[in-house]
Amino acid sequence: MTIYRPSDEKQLSEIVARAAAERQPLEVVSGGSKRGLGRPVKAEHVLDVSQIAGVVNYEPAELVLTARPATPLAAIKAELAAKRQMLAFEPPDWRALMGSNAEPTLGGALACNLAGPRRVRAGAARDVFLGFSAVNGAGEIWKAGGKVVKNVTGYDMMKLLAGSFGTLSVLTEVTLRVAPRPETETTILLHGLADEVALRTMAKALNTPFEVSSVAHLPPAAARRSQVAEIAGGLGAVTGARLEGPAPSVAWRAEAVERLVGRGARLDAAASARFWEEAGEVHRLLPPDGRVLWRLCPAPSFAAAIVDAVRRRLASTEALFDWGGGLVWCSLDGGEAGPDAGAAIVRAAMKPAGGHATLVVAPEATRERSAVFEPAEGPLGELTARIKAGFDPFGVLNPGRMREGS
Amino acid sequence: MIRMPEPDGAVLARRSEIVAALRTIVPGEGVIDSERERRAFDCDGLTAYRQLPMVVVLPETTAEVAAVLRYCRANAVKVVPRGAGTSLSGGALPLEDGVLLGLGKFKRILEVDVANRCAVVQPGVTNLGITHAVQAEGLYYAPDPSSQIACTIGGNVAENSGGVHCLKYGLTTNNVIGVELVTMDGDVIRVGGKHFDAGGYDLLGVLVGSEGMLGVVTEVTVRLLPTPPGARALLIGFPSVEGAGECVAAVIAAGIIPGGMEIMDKLAIDAAEAFVQAGYPMDAEGLLIVELDGCAAEVDHLIAAVETIAVEHGATSCRASRSEDERLLFWAGRKAAFPAVGRISPDYYCMDGTIPRKAIGRVLKRMKTMEERYGLRCANVFHAGDGNLHPLILYDANKPGELQRAEDFGADILRLCVEVGGVLTGEHGVGVEKRDLMDTMFNEVDLNQQQRLKCAFDSESLLNPGKVFPQLCRCAELGRMHVNAGKLRFPDLPRF
Repeated sequence: MTIYRPSDEKQLSEIVARAAAERQPLEVVSGGSKRGLGRPVKAEHVLDVSQIAGVVNYEPAELVLTARPATPLAAIKAELAAKRQMLAFEPPDWRALMGSNAEPTLGGALACNLAGPRRVRAGAARDVFLGFSAVNGAGEIWKAGGKVVKNVTGYDMMKLLAGSFGTLSVLTEVTLRVAPRPETETTILLHGLADEVALRTMAKALNTPFEVSSVAHLPPAAARRSQVAEIAGGLGAVTGARLEGPAPSVAWRAEAVERLVGRGARLDAAASARFWEEAGEVHRLLPPDGRVLWRLCPAPSFAAAIVDAVRRRLASTEALFDWGGGLVWCSLDGGEAGPDAGAAIVRAAMKPAGGHATLVVAPEATRERSAVFEPAEGPLGELTARIKAGFDPFGVLNPGRMREGS
Repeated sequence: MIRMPEPDGAVLARRSEIVAALRTIVPGEGVIDSERERRAFDCDGLTAYRQLPMVVVLPETTAEVAAVLRYCRANAVKVVPRGAGTSLSGGALPLEDGVLLGLGKFKRILEVDVANRCAVVQPGVTNLGITHAVQAEGLYYAPDPSSQIACTIGGNVAENSGGVHCLKYGLTTNNVIGVELVTMDGDVIRVGGKHFDAGGYDLLGVLVGSEGMLGVVTEVTVRLLPTPPGARALLIGFPSVEGAGECVAAVIAAGIIPGGMEIMDKLAIDAAEAFVQAGYPMDAEGLLIVELDGCAAEVDHLIAAVETIAVEHGATSCRASRSEDERLLFWAGRKAAFPAVGRISPDYYCMDGTIPRKAIGRVLKRMKTMEERYGLRCANVFHAGDGNLHPLILYDANKPGELQRAEDFGADILRLCVEVGGVLTGEHGVGVEKRDLMDTMFNEVDLNQQQRLKCAFDSESLLNPGKVFPQLCRCAELGRMHVNAGKLRFPDLPRF
């Protein structure tokens, strides 16, 4: 195995061009913290882009940041925080979840289209991705988008590359929209709601005009594992709704939301921030060992029914509801779930709701056997394959990562 | 004038046969053959370009759309999809040898799903029609292009339409969560739904804004937002447009993202005031309208904060709306800016570039010298929060050569936008209008990669050809990607 570690875009393009000429597939790795996410890549060699790093340009008043993809997220967050700004999509730190201590990078967050608990209001990585330069599977350097916040010139290739797991092109420079950091935040906590009731309550909170920016529901077992005292020490399940903004507005809106959904406890700004960080990172809230983990994105109102359907077949099921039910983390005992990690049961439970399911944590052999991502069949599957071939005709970029054989 | 692809003589020769075949798919008045009736479809909002379509087809069901596309694919007939035809970039300009596929009969709201905050609608529903259908539930559809009374959601999806409020609430792409798509092959594919994000490649993300070149959308699921409880606007006068621009930068630097922020220059202020008497400050060279929306506690707090920033940045006047009527009056002038300019000039040509806001002074200065060079006046309205310029070039189409001068002037403005780090179009799309300027932003490799995506959806380049790309797609040629590795040397590649 060879590890190629280019120091700039030009070297990177030459490496990919040669790999293409010799039909030698490459596993594309930035920091590597999410290397275990997706199917195992069928590649002899590694393209390590960790040297393609650094902030290129940051203009707070334009709400725009340009950086190379291997820039650590921590460095970007610190630079933004100094100007009281942030990445609104809150890329969660999944190191503990993935059992990795590698450095999470900006490119990784984009390639996996990450989104934290603020997804319901601020969108995902896809929604802030304004432009890029990249190398396609033939080694050609190409670019799309722009460096301003509003642009419809040409196809929106940023959306296509966000969440493509490095299978279409290798990013070499990216431009993102950044956002002001809210002055303060609070979280309203409602205790003891059953899942179905909690989902209706979360929908009600999101339907108020008071700009609730995150809503999550922790069933009793998940709540007990929280490191936020007010959540772990409560009695049973906890449902949280976050409000952010200027202090007088947050205070007023929290009152207004409570009038509609019921009185609850309040987290102060620091505890609120800790709780939502924990909700995004997930691992502490779910059982620790011998588990497989599914990430489900259904139509939100179906979330509780889906979990019930899985639990009827697999008693070890534990769940956690974020995005008002639009995101369900479903943890299963690996032994009980069986050789397909519960794929057949989970996907059947998702059917009535629509949406998609991803197997995030499972042994490598299982991820190799199963469809980790939502299967695409028929015309959609053929279209997906043609798109991949249009960017990577020789199949050298992360082959097998998203689909078997491509 | 931009040239369209040469019509295919073989297709034109088979016109009556094609019309007859289409009549077997779409019954009765759904196929429009007579020249008089086809005339109604010969242009969109970019009225300088007109072309009579070969035939107009107005299907009513997804199955009919699929059958029309399958027939056209099998017979190598080009297709131009059309919503309400309000495109300002010629996105729905017909082809002489093409079927004009109108989605105007897809007018139904299929479902309002309050629990999931979304609505499923047909593509011919108007943008404002969605909000009207859901407002009783306290919800609305956020993107609000100025043509929202007429433009359809299908067209919004094609163009990734914006509007006054998109700095805070996003463009169409951030507010559409699912579509039903018919491909040029006639396959019906569902992309997205009522859920977040994609389980594979984000095809929805790339379909939005694809200008009708990747597929025909027959159903759209939009995200709905709760209607803000209230809003107030500030009307702020500045001694220069640059001063207004600096104030906008300071508002954003202070961490405030207003619902809307609009700048107008002197010519636009005068025209609007003469038209609607909105009470604009006539001593101002630059007018800034800032709207804050949300609960009263937040709006009042932020109005005070923006007023302070405005005064610090040399505002010569500053008024906050005290009633809903007054807020609407502040907006009346801005919303009427285009027709107001239409009153002071026989014709105007609306441009749509985006620039980094810090470049506004430089861009305005250069536009002044262009006005002199071309002998044409230019009024400016400006979505200031996101740097989206709408210069309105005043001309008279009846004077020989003026349209050409206006087009050249416009092209120069767009080249300038790119030169200062901006882009050709913020929300109107490339269409026909800016097609031949694409190479100011993108090189051949960039455009080839975009076209390879097009080829994955439409291998024969039959769907809306002649738009967006300066050269027609050559899918067969593009499919044979060459690797230059043989010619490259690999000096000192780091290996470990």
